[in-house]
Amino acid sequence: MIKRSLIFGALVALLLGGCIGQTPAASPTPVLEAQGLTVMTHDSFAVSAELVYQFEAENGVKVNFIKGGDAGTTLNRLILTSLGGTPEADVFYGLDNTFLSRALEQDLLEAYAAPALAEIPAEFQLDPSNRALPVDYGDVCINYDKAWFQEHELPVPRSLEDLTKPEYAGLLVVENPATSSPGLSFLLATISTFGEEGWQSYWQALKDNGVVVVSDWETAYYTNFSGSSGRGPQPLVVSYASSPAAELIYAETPLTEAPTGSIIADGACWRQVEFAGILKGTPNRALAEKFIDFLLSQPFQEDMPLQMFVFPVLPAAKLPEAFVKASQVPQKPASLDPQLIAEKRELWVQAWTELMMK
Amino acid sequence: MKRADQKHPWQKGLLWLLPAAFLLIFFYQPLLNILRLAFSPLFQTGWEGVQAAQVLKPLGFTLWQALLSTLLTLLVGLPAAYLFSHFDFKGREALRLLSLLPFILPTVVVAACFNTLLGPRGWLNLGLMALLNLSEPPIHMLQSLPAILLAHVFYNTAIIIRLVGSAWSRLDKKLVHAAQMLGACPWQAFREVTLPLLLPAITGASLLVFLFDFTSFGVVLMLGGPQFATLEVEIYTQALYMLNLRLAAVLSLVQLACTLLVAWLQSRVSQPRYGKAALSAERANLRPPRGAAEKTFTAVMTIILVLLILTPLLSLITRSFVTLEAARGERGQVQTGFTLRYYQELFQNRTGSLFYVPPIMAVRNSLVYAALTVVIATVLGLLGTYALNQPWKVNRILEPFFMLPLGASAVTLGLGFLVAFRQPAWSGLPFPLLIPIAHALVALPMVVRTLLPALRSIPSSLRQAASTLGADGRRVFREVDLPLLLRPLLVSMVFAFTISLGEFGASSFLSSAQTPTIPVAIYRYISQPGALNYGQALAMSSLLLMVCAAGIFLIEKIRLPGEELY
Repeated sequence: MIKRSLIFGALVALLLGGCIGQTPAASPTPVLEAQGLTVMTHDSFAVSAELVYQFEAENGVKVNFIKGGDAGTTLNRLILTSLGGTPEADVFYGLDNTFLSRALEQDLLEAYAAPALAEIPAEFQLDPSNRALPVDYGDVCINYDKAWFQEHELPVPRSLEDLTKPEYAGLLVVENPATSSPGLSFLLATISTFGEEGWQSYWQALKDNGVVVVSDWETAYYTNFSGSSGRGPQPLVVSYASSPAAELIYAETPLTEAPTGSIIADGACWRQVEFAGILKGTPNRALAEKFIDFLLSQPFQEDMPLQMFVFPVLPAAKLPEAFVKASQVPQKPASLDPQLIAEKRELWVQAWTELMMK
Repeated sequence: MKRADQKHPWQKGLLWLLPAAFLLIFFYQPLLNILRLAFSPLFQTGWEGVQAAQVLKPLGFTLWQALLSTLLTLLVGLPAAYLFSHFDFKGREALRLLSLLPFILPTVVVAACFNTLLGPRGWLNLGLMALLNLSEPPIHMLQSLPAILLAHVFYNTAIIIRLVGSAWSRLDKKLVHAAQMLGACPWQAFREVTLPLLLPAITGASLLVFLFDFTSFGVVLMLGGPQFATLEVEIYTQALYMLNLRLAAVLSLVQLACTLLVAWLQSRVSQPRYGKAALSAERANLRPPRGAAEKTFTAVMTIILVLLILTPLLSLITRSFVTLEAARGERGQVQTGFTLRYYQELFQNRTGSLFYVPPIMAVRNSLVYAALTVVIATVLGLLGTYALNQPWKVNRILEPFFMLPLGASAVTLGLGFLVAFRQPAWSGLPFPLLIPIAHALVALPMVVRTLLPALRSIPSSLRQAASTLGADGRRVFREVDLPLLLRPLLVSMVFAFTISLGEFGASSFLSSAQTPTIPVAIYRYISQPGALNYGQALAMSSLLLMVCAAGIFLIEKIRLPGEELY
């Protein structure tokens, strides 16, 4: 008994002791800061530590980040917890245009006319009430495995229509729009391109052509896509226009060219604009405004591309060379009226589920 | 009347106090909070009523796959439990330890593992294609029901091995010998003596396996694909994508009701009917396999376990040291080679990201949470087990409620935590403490299930003898119960430890982005494109396996002085 408790006690003491002993400043012990600003964001959020430390020093505040899943789940988690009482955070970053209307309907955000808005192009300012402020944008596109198409001497599909041709049978993997944000974006792109009447027959044709549907981006990209390290069976995947850039930058050995590319034909990509906003009922309104200004400031806007593989909304922000080299930007991405998305999103997803999962 | 039992009933009732308070505050309270919210008028507008088909369809599939998975797990687990509890063979300890490791792997990593093994370009298909001269991969395992079942067996066989194996090895062989001496054939002896004595452990372990399969989420989502939806997957989709909290709540209630029903049924069948059996020490029954039959059995079972459990783990670890780069952009012969690049990269913060976590910090975060989980779950579990062991009528009703946390949807409970503990009354509670608490909620039923059959099998004559000899209650516990309970206690500590290390859902819900656990860090790498990110996820997973193996090894090394006497 005594020996047992000794060993066990020593084990616990070792762990806890180690925890207190080797805490460097950069990585605080898991304790909620009393004097702080809490920012709720999605899983893909990333930022240079230096910039955040500078913001913290200038404003005498500690910023705590919570990651709430992908764009959709983060928003819904915020709505559900806000309904239950106090909001989970002061600032929300990562709301996208497919879910913008839901956040506005649920009255989740407070208006803030940030000074920087004057410099941001009107095409990104989708909320005239200034509750959701645009921060970045990117495109959901189909990625292709360059080597696969070379080896099979097949031309890369040039449009969404091409994907229904017999030579591309069974080559495309997509994500379920009911459980994946890029999946939903791609569904919206097809609705925009083929119209509310035509999209279902397009998906029927995709289904007849052996499109593979998986639940999430991770499975699609790493288990099914042949161009990733997972080396799956499908050479076409719904991902982001910036994924080839990430493949280049995060390659194992330095590459001269990205191993994958994006199909950026007109209407084939969905432009995702991401917004930030101040959460209603925050006790830290002044600090929250400062943080929004920080998100729209040139240093942060220039930091984003290599951290999150998205484009800055601020025209003055310079893009890093490595990012420019590998990124393709669609000239005419698909888009839909946010109001229409708000009305029909659930119906479309339901109709898609009935069509594809039967 | 024996002295140890002479205390007033209310004093023994105190045993209930801590575990009950813990469950009320950290399980039932958040659950009620989120259910109240779901059924509040806030969710009245715009929601059509819940249709029966929306509930029945996922319920049917959930029960069906859980039942199948449990049966398959028993099919592999029971012979394996027999193997480990009876035979001493080369590699026994290592295999027993390794069989627990699948438990901690995040689903997203298991999906990747299975893909490298069984996927269309996995080595099994490549091998068969080369061997049989096929042009198409012959095996289509992924995104199907067999993939779900296989993953469930992969994950849960350890529960059967540990729980049933531990009971089987403590069974006194003299009883079986006596039965055989009285003319029973081996099968009769098994059916009439061994099986009844093992039944509480078997049904208890099956219950746990069933509940883990019943609430399966990641496996179904990632390995099964969108055409399969369990209740848990539907709850997640409805709450976090469709914002239909009402339907999510109804589904959660159905899931809880099923859990309660199954737990109640199990507590009915697992009451020991044959009185208490004499016990022997764990290793007393161990001997090398003798004769052709035993040797064949040992060899076959070892091969099955190695194939089922070891190969996916090994393929994961191997892949974390192997680069598969062809000169990319011009696919040709894939060049493979040994690399330490993924591990080196783990220690570098190339982009200076705020969310970069040195592996040692992720390991530390995980270990701190795991240690706390072990302490909370073991202490509360021990108290709860003693309370449940009292001959009170009320225990019959209360026992299933101990199991309920296993049947609660992670999403529902996670949202419940966020709603309940963000209220001002709880502002004093350090939020990250909720992570080990959430882990302990899952571990507690495991601890109780492990300890209860063991405690019930301690003959009261032993305690009576000790009391007669003048030992007080505390001394009886220390000198009679504890030595007999030590092994099961260690088993439950190992479970609590592994549950905490591998847990992803609650951790991702409750942790701050700057202090991730290992699974959360793994997920972070694998949710980004790029060969290095993929490699780092595998390297981090291998680290997780090593940390876990080391932890289990240390816990199992704990010995009592003079323990060999028992």
